[in-house]
Amino acid sequence: MKIQDLCSLVNGTVICGETRLHDSVEYAFASDLMSDVLTVKIQNFILITGLANIQSIRTAEMSDVPFMLLCRNKEVTPDMIEIAKENHMLIVKSPFSMFRCSGILYSAGLKPVY
Amino acid sequence: MHLEYNVEGGDFTRAGFASSQIKKTLKQLNVDATVIKRVVVALYEAEVNIVAHAYRGVIYADIKGAGIQLRLEDEGPGIADVDMAMKRGFSTASREVREMGFGAGMGLPNISENADNFSIETTVGKGTTLNIEIKF
Repeated sequence: MKIQDLCSLVNGTVICGETRLHDSVEYAFASDLMSDVLTVKIQNFILITGLANIQSIRTAEMSDVPFMLLCRNKEVTPDMIEIAKENHMLIVKSPFSMFRCSGILYSAGLKPVY
Repeated sequence: MHLEYNVEGGDFTRAGFASSQIKKTLKQLNVDATVIKRVVVALYEAEVNIVAHAYRGVIYADIKGAGIQLRLEDEGPGIADVDMAMKRGFSTASREVREMGFGAGMGLPNISENADNFSIETTVGKGTTLNIEIKF
């Protein structure tokens, strides 16, 4: 799925990483538990989370996650954006809940990691 | 190559800084991406543990041709029951730590799973040292 299409599906607003809008992603993992995210072995998946803080960005960095979808329009602070930019990550936020985002994207063909 | 980083207990804004720096160094050394991920996942969990549970700590990293040796020494409460701490789901983390997305009792098992060799030395009331070895 093209990231640009994914953004449209969840009424997303891109916060940073616009240059990656034409990239594609095949898998998604939805969690607010960062230790669980760190157990995912594959790379190149999108992290869907409601946890908007410096540790969710750090977790994405450590997990080589290039794309992050923040649900319920959570605020993204400048230090989060700085780390995301440093690691060429795209962050998009959606007004929808994590359940709704996951449902829409699963129905549209994004695959679950497990 | 020898690297050292100080880690302050409770400072969640800086948690992950050392792991990030070591990740950059391993990338520059052209270490395999799968191995880098194992190193930084183990290291990041251990770094967050110092921030979450200890007063302060130091991370020592020795990188050689065969692999990386990490030693994380903290001054803190220590671990009363290491066998329990190694069980998935067991945690003594505070509410603040859980709000950060950690404290679900997965940290030490995650470290163990990613390490080739892993050991814990701990003294209640003094602190904990983790030794993590990952081969390239």
